[in-house]
Amino acid sequence: MFENTTIYNQLRAKLMDNNITDRMEKVPYRNLPKKWSFIALVLVLTLSFSQSTFASTSFLPTQAADTVAGEKLFKANCAACHKLGKKATGPALRGVGDKYDREWLYKWIRNSQELVKAGDALAVKLFNENNQAVMTAFPTLTNDDIDNILAYTYTAPPKPVIPEGDGQVTPDPGVSNNIILAILALMFGMLIIVLILVNKTLRRFAESQGVELKEKEKGTPIWKAFAENQFLVLVTSIFLLLSAGYFAYGWMMQVGVDQGYAPVQPIHYSHRIHAGVNQIDCNYCHSSARKSKTSGIPSLNVCMNCHKSIAEVAAATQVEGQNEYGVDYNAEIQKLYAAVGWDEATQAYTGEEKPVKWVRIHNLPDFAYFNHSQHVTVAGVECQTCHGPVEEMEILEQHAPLTMGWCINCHRETNVNVADNEYYEKIHAELSKKYGKEKLTAAEMGGLECGKCHY
Amino acid sequence: MASNKKYWKSVEELNENSSIVETLKQNEFVEPIPTDDFLGDKETLEASSTTRRDFLKYVGFTTAAASLAACEGPVIKSIPYVVAPDEIVPGVANYYASTIADGFDFANVLVKTREGRPIKIERNDMAKHGGSVNARVHASVLSMYDKNRLQGPKVNGEDASWDELHTAVAGKLNATAGQDVVLLTQTFASPSTSQLIADFKTKYPNIRHVIYDTVSSSAAADAFQTKYGTRALADYDFSKAEVIVSVGADFIGDWQGGGYEGAYAKGRIPKNGKMSKHFQFEANMTLSGANADVRVPVKPSDQIAVLNALLGGGTSGLADNVAEAVNKAKAQLAKAGSKGVIITGVEDARLQEAVLTYNESREVIDKDRPRMTAMGSASEVANVMNGVVSGSVKGLITVGVNPVYSFPHTEFAAAYENLDFTLAFAMKEDETASKAKLVAATPHYLESWGDAQLKKGVFSLTQPTIRPLFNTQQFQDCLVQWTENGDSYYNYLKDMWSATILADGGSWSQALHDGVYESAVEITTDADTAETTETSTSSGALSAAQEGGFELTLYTKTGLGDGQQANNPWLQELPDPITRTSWDNYVTVSAADAKELGLENWNVANGGLNGSLVNVTMGGVTLEKVPVLIQPGQAAGSIGLALGYGRTDSVQSEMQTGVNAYAFYNNFSATQAGVTIEKVSGEHEFACVQLHNTMMGRDIIRETTLEIFNTKDVHDWNPIPEVSKDHQEIPVTSPDADLWEAFDRSIGHHFNLSIDLNACTGCGACVIACHAENNVPVVGKSEMRRSRDMHWLRIDRYYSSEDSFAGDAEKKDNISGLGSSLSEYGEMESASANPQVAFQPVMCQHCNHAPCETVCPVAATSHGRQGQNHMAYNRCVGTRYCANNCPYKVRRFNWFLYAENDEFDYNMNNDLGRMVLNPDVVVRSRGVMEKCSMCIQMTQKTILDAKRDGRPVKSGEFKTACSAACETGAIKFGDINDHDSEIFELKEDKRMYHLLEAVGTEPNVFYQTKVRNTNEA
Repeated sequence: MFENTTIYNQLRAKLMDNNITDRMEKVPYRNLPKKWSFIALVLVLTLSFSQSTFASTSFLPTQAADTVAGEKLFKANCAACHKLGKKATGPALRGVGDKYDREWLYKWIRNSQELVKAGDALAVKLFNENNQAVMTAFPTLTNDDIDNILAYTYTAPPKPVIPEGDGQVTPDPGVSNNIILAILALMFGMLIIVLILVNKTLRRFAESQGVELKEKEKGTPIWKAFAENQFLVLVTSIFLLLSAGYFAYGWMMQVGVDQGYAPVQPIHYSHRIHAGVNQIDCNYCHSSARKSKTSGIPSLNVCMNCHKSIAEVAAATQVEGQNEYGVDYNAEIQKLYAAVGWDEATQAYTGEEKPVKWVRIHNLPDFAYFNHSQHVTVAGVECQTCHGPVEEMEILEQHAPLTMGWCINCHRETNVNVADNEYYEKIHAELSKKYGKEKLTAAEMGGLECGKCHY
Repeated sequence: MASNKKYWKSVEELNENSSIVETLKQNEFVEPIPTDDFLGDKETLEASSTTRRDFLKYVGFTTAAASLAACEGPVIKSIPYVVAPDEIVPGVANYYASTIADGFDFANVLVKTREGRPIKIERNDMAKHGGSVNARVHASVLSMYDKNRLQGPKVNGEDASWDELHTAVAGKLNATAGQDVVLLTQTFASPSTSQLIADFKTKYPNIRHVIYDTVSSSAAADAFQTKYGTRALADYDFSKAEVIVSVGADFIGDWQGGGYEGAYAKGRIPKNGKMSKHFQFEANMTLSGANADVRVPVKPSDQIAVLNALLGGGTSGLADNVAEAVNKAKAQLAKAGSKGVIITGVEDARLQEAVLTYNESREVIDKDRPRMTAMGSASEVANVMNGVVSGSVKGLITVGVNPVYSFPHTEFAAAYENLDFTLAFAMKEDETASKAKLVAATPHYLESWGDAQLKKGVFSLTQPTIRPLFNTQQFQDCLVQWTENGDSYYNYLKDMWSATILADGGSWSQALHDGVYESAVEITTDADTAETTETSTSSGALSAAQEGGFELTLYTKTGLGDGQQANNPWLQELPDPITRTSWDNYVTVSAADAKELGLENWNVANGGLNGSLVNVTMGGVTLEKVPVLIQPGQAAGSIGLALGYGRTDSVQSEMQTGVNAYAFYNNFSATQAGVTIEKVSGEHEFACVQLHNTMMGRDIIRETTLEIFNTKDVHDWNPIPEVSKDHQEIPVTSPDADLWEAFDRSIGHHFNLSIDLNACTGCGACVIACHAENNVPVVGKSEMRRSRDMHWLRIDRYYSSEDSFAGDAEKKDNISGLGSSLSEYGEMESASANPQVAFQPVMCQHCNHAPCETVCPVAATSHGRQGQNHMAYNRCVGTRYCANNCPYKVRRFNWFLYAENDEFDYNMNNDLGRMVLNPDVVVRSRGVMEKCSMCIQMTQKTILDAKRDGRPVKSGEFKTACSAACETGAIKFGDINDHDSEIFELKEDKRMYHLLEAVGTEPNVFYQTKVRNTNEA
């Protein structure tokens, strides 16, 4: 047992080294293509470390108890406050079985407050060390359950951030493609040079042999012929003017339309992970979308609802972030902590807040009034209708053009959701009678009137 | 006379052999100036890699690059809360009940906040006796965002910390122990403050607390005190009155704190054939006079005789017309019995007491629960003023008052500066604070805690609606600290309320939520701690009336009031309801006196009104170059002048308007005698927004008499105009007279606005509410003068050119022939000497057949199905065709960019002032037309709230800013497709008519015919 712990500590030290290198090599997503080779180097380096770590995992403690069942219990009961490798609300639990007497632990876990009140010296000490945070009592856990959990706490720390085996290979095809292309280009170039040289040599050869080369008869150059044909000139200029007008119009119509606008944000926040992978409801964070005109950028205390206990992403996610997007998610979480003033070590707020200056993506002009709650709550429009597949966006971008034409089209096509809404009862009955149909579009309800959005 | 003196430029010259002196003789500079070093010689210049051409290339490139870079859209940052407060949802307004008690205005209010900033003041419907939310109270929110406010305490003119200030104050308090130190405060009407001041006085027994109401109601309070023992002001409920006789009391204006218009208006709407009858005897033309059924211009000195006559004396000595009116009033009062009431503004405690005795048994007066809002004693304040000047007062602490500006004593300012201990609690570095040794910066009431007893037994709370913008401390917080009464005023207030006012089981949270709490607990405010001397029984001003000269009546304007909000551009720009002139005060004189003195008003080429200037002198004090405005209805031999103007310190230069009339406020009495005016050369440019004062018999304001209203058929007094079709007269509302295809408006909402001309007193609260709700810009005096005012809602005021409007119509009807029409129409252009007055709020009429819509070349203005005439600013190209085609002249054009423009340095030009903007309404740009939208943002919100809750809109839920602000209920708004609603009833009312109905515009705004009670006996 003891040996194992020392090994574990060594492992940890190594791991931390690894993490540091990762952080140093953090590559902004935007510059990703330029830095392929650099990444490759990093990957090679990390791999070499990871191999050594891999070798050492064979020293894991073997337990009679069921670590799988333990893991399940741990995640259900303990994970909200405890982590294995580091302090959270409660202390780190890895190897906790060695620190305390097993019987004492049973008592503590089933009802720690009882122990504290009984004046158990160790219990009081522990209670005070952890800011007197009262641990939930788990009277239902059997001794076996607790053994299982403790067994689980001996499992090895998660694998360090290692790229998968193909990590090493990934950059290769890119390089080889380039080389092939370069070689092809080179070959073509040489071919052309050879042809020119052959041509030159042949001419010289013919000259020396006295062979007369036929010169082509000079006709009217094509441009002159074109210029002389007034009809053609007229047609062409009309064509040019029209197409110039067409393109100028097209260009001008996109002025101020920022479809696809995806600015770099001060914290790399991935909607893909939150809304996509973890399937968090949009309204959980953007809660005011249901009752206000703005959807609201969530305040940081909303982030902390979850991130108080999620200080690090899963290892696989971290790898994915670094490989696919060149982002160190854990470092981004640290940015959140810095902004909200959360001290991980003491698990407390320091009060030093640095509000995050997000870059606003959807910018409606001031003269257009838009109300989220009307669309989200009343009409029941999915967020994705206007915002696109947010759950797939690593960096959020403006999906819709947000032009008036786009709004109007939707109002023309979308039927008003009148079901179970007493407000619409009378007006719907009267309007359906007037238009002679059951379903009414927003436009028929008056949704195209200027004053509905412009005041 | 040559002098032998030798002038030395330096010691060096004493030394005859100095080389420097020699060198200097030859050369101006001792050493050669290294011009080549910094300019470079020819060689280095040529060798340099940057040639002139290169330089030009660089300049060209950078300019091009800069302009290219500017093509990029701006990056907009959004900064959410780090920890969001629970109660704030961005984009949703929160409302807090609070109370304003600034010493002049006392009212229960509701404060609308958005994202933590107060943006609008509204009426608190839960407060039944809450004073009046008038124009000034509505505008008070902007006074908080005043960039000229004090940002922190000052000691001897230097910025200091609060600790330093408290130390300095403690030092001074101890140093002046035993000497006469006066605590001169506004009326707080605050139970907790009174208690704190009592504690303060216990700790420093030498301190005298004196209450100073800048505009005094001292005589009335004295009378009440003599008669009933407590110092207070009698309260009146004019809705119960059948006959109201007012002698010099502008009770619809600011008489005794104002706030009577709501109840008054209730009695003015004819119900079951009855309405109240209102006689007004007054010198200036006031709002009360304008609303009266019978108005008699009477000089202040004659008002005493009128009052005596009314109270049982004879009418001898009065002019015939006055005597006649007095007799009629007496007869009507006798008939009305307990439903008649006399009120007076005569500044004489004896007469006030006589009036109280007269009213005692009547239903209208509420003497058991009087008002506690103006407790100051004029004689006591005069003692302080004279004490400071004579030097007997050694220290002066002022709270919420500005005596250097408002004391009528020429030597006071200098004496104040010489005082050793002067401490001013002030929101701004005003005339007093700028001269005080110690200045404590106080927060605005929207940033403060507080309580008030506006009426006996009716308690209200003030709560902060924003964190203090500056480093300020409340007077009460300082008192808590000085008297060691706990850690904060908030705790003190809460404890005190729990122990006393809420002792009958009330809940603090509920009281705070409602803003008002009625309790049977007896608490006296102010009076306990304030010194009161023997009440004065004579009136100095009026006995001096024999001296000759003019009699002056000082009054407060609807806009500026006592002048503490002088730096508020909304109020400066609010046209006076009577004179329709903004940005000024002026001497009002009668036409007869003006003619005698050669004073004139005339319009110049751009329409602006100009007037003569006079020097006004009284008792050795002269105000120079005061503009003159000829006021129809002004009693001959009397003049009027508004208080509250002429502020200079911490008031932006644009808003340093008018003259300081407090110089004439002797004995703190509004009426003064022995005033002489003398014409001086020069002319004054007014910013008057109404160029034409009479209707000339036209059908704009429809009015009738109660008798006709009761007896005649509606077609006689409220006919529908007719047009000729196929030589048949048909009503203009008939579909046959219609050129247009009408929209189907029977489905959904159809908004209408009703304006009752009987209830509208012209108070202007709606104008300011509209300003605040719709981000209406302030344009400044010179633009106002050019008739480029931006008010979406104006209140037109018309004078009759005959004795009554009915006379006008008759005269017009009798005109025949060209000669007669030329001369008689000409006569009708000028108002009569004592005209009838009528007010008419006019905003966009939201015509169903809108003339503006058809002429817009870009379809920027269009019609909504809900009856609103929409205006899409972003579509407007500024042709102004619409404004020209509008028969009501309600469209306003943005001649300039009024926001973020140094030329218009008002609230929209600084970050602080812009915080008051309503985020739901766009700020319009230069070159676009704008107008009343019928508060479409509010109707849309009401609809959305209902949709979200899944319920129909409740009756009476729809509101506009003006209808919500209307204290008298003159403006009502609603959905006429909802047949249960009040607006539907009003639309069907027989008094209903449309403005210029003959034009056929079918407006969605309608008016209720004005009915005047001309019943005699």
